Amino acid sequence: MQQVTPPRRDPAPSRLSYRLNRLWLTPLFRKLLRTGLPAFVLIFTVMWYLGDTDRRDALGLAIADMRSSIEARPEFMVKLMAIDGASDDLAEDIREVVPLDFPISSFDLDLPALHETVAGLDAVAKADVHVRPGGILQISVRERMPAVVWRGRQGLELLDERGNRVAPLEARAARPDLPLIIGDGAETQVVEALQLFEVARPLKHRLLAVVRMGERRWDVVLDRDQRILLPERDPVAALRRVIALDQAEEMLDRDLVAIDMRNSARPTLRMAPDALEELRRIRELETRDSDG
Amino acid sequence: MTDLYQSQRAMRRIRKQAMDRGVVAVLDIGTSKVACLVLKFDGPDGFAEAEGIGSLAGQSMFRVIGAATTRSRGVSFGEIGAMNETERAIRTAVQAAQKMANVRVDHVIACLSGAAPRSYGLDGAVELEDSTVSEHDVARVMAACDMPDIGAGREVLHAQPVNFALDHRTGLIDPRGQIGNRLAVDMHLLTVEATALQNLLYCIKRCDLELAGVASSAYVSALSALVEDEQELGAACIDLGGGATGMSIFIKKHMIYADSLRMGGDHVTQDISKGLGVSQATAERIKTFYGGVVATGMDDREMIEIGGDTGDYDHDRRQISRAELIGIMRPRVEEILEDVRARLDAAGFDHLPSQKIVLTGGGSQIPGLDGLASRILGQQVRLGRPLRVQGLPQAATGAGFASVVGMCLFAAHPQDEWWDFDIPAERYPARSLKRAVRWFKDNW
Repeated sequence: MQQVTPPRRDPAPSRLSYRLNRLWLTPLFRKLLRTGLPAFVLIFTVMWYLGDTDRRDALGLAIADMRSSIEARPEFMVKLMAIDGASDDLAEDIREVVPLDFPISSFDLDLPALHETVAGLDAVAKADVHVRPGGILQISVRERMPAVVWRGRQGLELLDERGNRVAPLEARAARPDLPLIIGDGAETQVVEALQLFEVARPLKHRLLAVVRMGERRWDVVLDRDQRILLPERDPVAALRRVIALDQAEEMLDRDLVAIDMRNSARPTLRMAPDALEELRRIRELETRDSDG
Repeated sequence: MTDLYQSQRAMRRIRKQAMDRGVVAVLDIGTSKVACLVLKFDGPDGFAEAEGIGSLAGQSMFRVIGAATTRSRGVSFGEIGAMNETERAIRTAVQAAQKMANVRVDHVIACLSGAAPRSYGLDGAVELEDSTVSEHDVARVMAACDMPDIGAGREVLHAQPVNFALDHRTGLIDPRGQIGNRLAVDMHLLTVEATALQNLLYCIKRCDLELAGVASSAYVSALSALVEDEQELGAACIDLGGGATGMSIFIKKHMIYADSLRMGGDHVTQDISKGLGVSQATAERIKTFYGGVVATGMDDREMIEIGGDTGDYDHDRRQISRAELIGIMRPRVEEILEDVRARLDAAGFDHLPSQKIVLTGGGSQIPGLDGLASRILGQQVRLGRPLRVQGLPQAATGAGFASVVGMCLFAAHPQDEWWDFDIPAERYPARSLKRAVRWFKDNW
């Protein structure tokens, strides 16, 4: 009896499978299918998803919500501001220029802008702004110390030793301890003015102010309408000479209107208009006495 | 003829492309098996101009990266009989080899074992234009050969210049640059039936492959089975295949004769099948396991179960002695060898200085064949196995793979053929643009 067996499977690949097999062995096709197709599907899906405005908005909203919920966590909140190294007035000013409503999230704080604002105050020499652990906005400042009073066209100002503005001043009498400088351009030469004041210490009780003349040289103004005209170059040495003369000959106690030191080779004295008459009269009296 | 010239040149171009790409397949479509090897070439710089064939026969620059064998279908006498079946067998082999190599092959070199090859010896001579032989002169002398009447429906498969003679000196391998007056050439022309060749081309085309070369199976198996000095001194290679027996004669490293016999191992199997009344598959199994050609007393006592599946106890328990099997096989093997002898005699093999005969192919594995062959073919017979090439799997190193391995060598180190030289200018049509270009090239 013949055994009935199914016909054996044909081991040969069909033409289609043969072609597909060869296609799969093609390097370019393989690369395309392995990387190109997934990349295309991914990009296409994302594009399709974002193609709809509502979905895009919803996505943006969800992201914003998530962000704000993270920002609003108590770990990131700043609850108060601490100001170090400022006088009460300055602290007041700083609180005025930094209008923050506490508590505020530290993500909303713009520390560089804050630093710029605080450092931009006239009275602040150096500022340091940072958020301390514990939710405290720490502002450390170093105040400018006023060194001179400057009377300019706008009124009285307090300047520090480098000429930076510190604060306006209502009246000279409010700060009698500080020397006075006057004139346009004086505020840029505060260092020199302070040297002049240092040299003129012996005349302190008579010294009223130093005046910048024509934005190039200094006049020292004393009481009794006396002036010392200093040269453009090396005014400190010229003032020293005047002081030395005064100490030796008490020159400034005499009836002089001005001592002109502008030409250092030829110092000139201007006497008061009546002084010469007075001198002659006194001489006449003296000779009459000796004759008589 | 120009048509063939063009198609052969196109094939050479494709082969060059394949070399540049570095991957080419060789395909042996035999009567009993289809074998496919995928070769990887190291690059065109591997083809350094070496003098003659190097010690490794030019095989160091390629590696076998894929190999597959499948049972052949639809092929008889080395010719394609059923296109669809053969196409499937080729697809099976190529796909398996591609899978092993993990690379796609587009170019394939095939060989033809049947198709009634005929050898012609041609000669031609020209007077040289100037005293030095140029490439152009070589082309001219080849064109000067008289084309024999190869008959209708036949195509030239190989046209190899075998020998150059310059004046009275002969035996030149490469005459270019030498000085003389008269250049003569001997050519070996091998023609095959055009239909068989076209069937092969068509079959390969249907598998989406491009043919990068086609060779005679007798030629390529001699390339792998003959050692270098045999090729040099003169030897014949007998490729005992399944459906056809190829024979080729080599001397001075050139093939001078090739022929094919439409008889092979399948006929032995058929004899066994008919003589014992068993199926073809059983007969093939009995032949491979117990076959032989020389009977001894021992063989009378060695009984072979030949089986059967009729259900009849007596029929299915038949036994024969091995001597009986040998008695069936031997006459057929003798017949094949005697036919080979006749063909070799007709070709004038006994005039060669050395008459070495190398048996290869699957049929050469019959035990005792060398003894039988030496009685028929002469004393200098040996069994040849193909050269070892790099990366060849152990399963493909047997004698049956001589032609596949030979094709690897053929791919790596092709012999110059007639179509590798330019057509001489006289052969161009009178008003061709190519002719004008050629004239400018020659005169400037």
